[in-house]
Amino acid sequence: MAAATKGSTPLLTIKGLTASAGDLEILKGIDLEVFTGEVHAIMGPNGSGKSTLANVLAGRPDYTVTGGQVLFDGQDILKLEPEIRARMGLFLAFQYPLELPGVRAWQFLKAGVDARRVHNGEEEMNAREFDQMLKAKVAQVQIDPDLVARAVNEGFSGGEKKRNEILQMAVLAPKLALLDETDSGLDIDALRIVSDGVNLLRSPENAVVLVTHYQRILNYITPNHVHVLFDGRIVQSGGPELAHELEEKGYDWIKDAANAGV
Amino acid sequence: MTSAPAKYAQYLADFQSLARGPGADAPSWLHDLRDTAWSRFNETGFPTARRGNERWKYTNVASIARTDFGIAGSLATANASKGLAPTYKMEGPAVYDLVYLDGHYSPELSSSAAVPGGVIAASMAAIALDRSFDLEDQIGRYASTDGDGFAALNTAFLHDGAYIHLADGHAEKVIVRLSYITVDGTDPKVTYPRTLIVAGSNTDVTVIESYTGPKDSAYFTNAVTEVSVRDGAQVDHYRLLLEGDKAFHVGTNRVKQEKDSSFSSASFALGTALARNDLEVLLDGPGAYCSLNGLYLTADNQHIDNLISIDHAKPHCTSRLNYKGILDGKSRAVFGGEVMVRRDAQKSDAEQTDKNLILSTQAEVDSKPSLLIYADDVRCNHGATAGHIDAETLFYLRSRGLDLDTASRMLIHAFASEIIGTVKPDQLREHLNTIFSAAIPNKSLPIARVR
Repeated sequence: MAAATKGSTPLLTIKGLTASAGDLEILKGIDLEVFTGEVHAIMGPNGSGKSTLANVLAGRPDYTVTGGQVLFDGQDILKLEPEIRARMGLFLAFQYPLELPGVRAWQFLKAGVDARRVHNGEEEMNAREFDQMLKAKVAQVQIDPDLVARAVNEGFSGGEKKRNEILQMAVLAPKLALLDETDSGLDIDALRIVSDGVNLLRSPENAVVLVTHYQRILNYITPNHVHVLFDGRIVQSGGPELAHELEEKGYDWIKDAANAGV
Repeated sequence: MTSAPAKYAQYLADFQSLARGPGADAPSWLHDLRDTAWSRFNETGFPTARRGNERWKYTNVASIARTDFGIAGSLATANASKGLAPTYKMEGPAVYDLVYLDGHYSPELSSSAAVPGGVIAASMAAIALDRSFDLEDQIGRYASTDGDGFAALNTAFLHDGAYIHLADGHAEKVIVRLSYITVDGTDPKVTYPRTLIVAGSNTDVTVIESYTGPKDSAYFTNAVTEVSVRDGAQVDHYRLLLEGDKAFHVGTNRVKQEKDSSFSSASFALGTALARNDLEVLLDGPGAYCSLNGLYLTADNQHIDNLISIDHAKPHCTSRLNYKGILDGKSRAVFGGEVMVRRDAQKSDAEQTDKNLILSTQAEVDSKPSLLIYADDVRCNHGATAGHIDAETLFYLRSRGLDLDTASRMLIHAFASEIIGTVKPDQLREHLNTIFSAAIPNKSLPIARVR
């Protein structure tokens, strides 16, 4: 596993981020720094805002950013369209990946790869080269090649959809991968495949932010930092041991501590 | 003969000139058939959207009725059709191409077969006089002239058309491509394409009907297709409505299926100011199966009306009806689907859906699927949807780096691909893929908001 070699400037800097959905304020001031080579786990009870954080970073139009700043690779991304963020190397693995009947995986993934290349001033990948790359990634993340031949996620089981997110991540090779509860609803085999995929992607040049409700996935992916989100704020940060503490004690002591602090 | 009202003066003049001119040497039974149909048209006229006329509730044909459409004055030459005949190849041992210019069969552009007792794929005019081809007994058996005037008018002008007949048990699969081309001209022109398909028992035939014409002329195509699918026969029928943007098209299609027969159709429509696609399938033998698919893409002020009805007259028949529309601009789509299951048609299995993707705020869909079930042991369901591109899905694509336009196009194309995917001949499927890809508008709004 790659060691966490800190660069001098963070890959991702979040300062005082607040966001709402409609009239409901969900993020109430998030501060976070993520350096290349790191894996951060964001944990928290249901409704704490952890999924919202991942989605706001990716630019989901359902949320309104009401304050704060997010620098990704040195650039303020909050006003950028989601596709621009993606082309800069930000990737969101969806909690509920969508079915795209009639859209072939090959075509979908190539469009994503080409969009990023063109954004970086490179030429689109030729079909044969892409084909070989895709085959290699399919083998690497141990996904059934038949799934790639079909329409994206159409008729896939929950586990297959999550694996497909990992394949997309491997193909798009992001600088920053945001995994939105990718582990939930997975059996142990699927969990291992998803974790292996994330571990494969880990390198000194990129980073992973893992949003999860359960400690379980952290048995397979060792984070450098664990943060606990509660009521729209990070209320506790620590090393991997914090995840184990949460596993033993549950979230109630976090809630109590947070409420006592108010 | 009833005297024509003044508003049909052009039609009367044409009718009389046909009887004296190019249609003069027709056999007497054909003269009689035309005369009867002409009388019938004079009684019914063109339909109106008056109250209680459910078949024409949402489609007004006044723009057709008030125009003096006339038949083409002179025969177009093969040269005039350059670029209009199909460009895609069809391969196979028994592929026939029949090309019609302004309603007249063009021998130069066609390859036909005329073997009584074997395969007939030929111009009606050419074989009408020869009784061994059995045209007299078959024509008009399936498409009645008692309907709304259009079929009667088509029959009154019956002169040329396509006759496709496979003798019982003919083993070789046959493919026939029919190209009905309206050639450019200044007058408001009308053609009356007529197609008759008789698939003898245990035969297999694919028929591709395409309708094309000049982009900027207000011409009228009034087509009738009759299909008889005998015991155990299979007919794959494709209808490509690729008329000009100002064209009017009314197509009346009547299909009768016998025991254990199979009829699959895919109807594609693009362009056309006003299009009506009227398809009736009679499942008249146990074990018959039909699969009716359609895809229409409309823009500007275009109007398309699909009226599809399936009559489960005998038990153990299965029908599948799946139409999809993509609507832009101020266009309007009407879908009327009626599945009737008669009292004795037990074990009927019927599904019908109509789905519409709406790309603008001003486009409109009137979708009315209906089931009339008189038997008690059946499996039937139906549904209709109309909506914008889903915002959640769009975000999924954008999160992978695709911009709004690219993502929208991909999703619109994906929506269409289900129907294009039903096309069996590879070359035709690719051809349609190319045509529809080019026609999908480059736009991304509006988007349905989730949450």
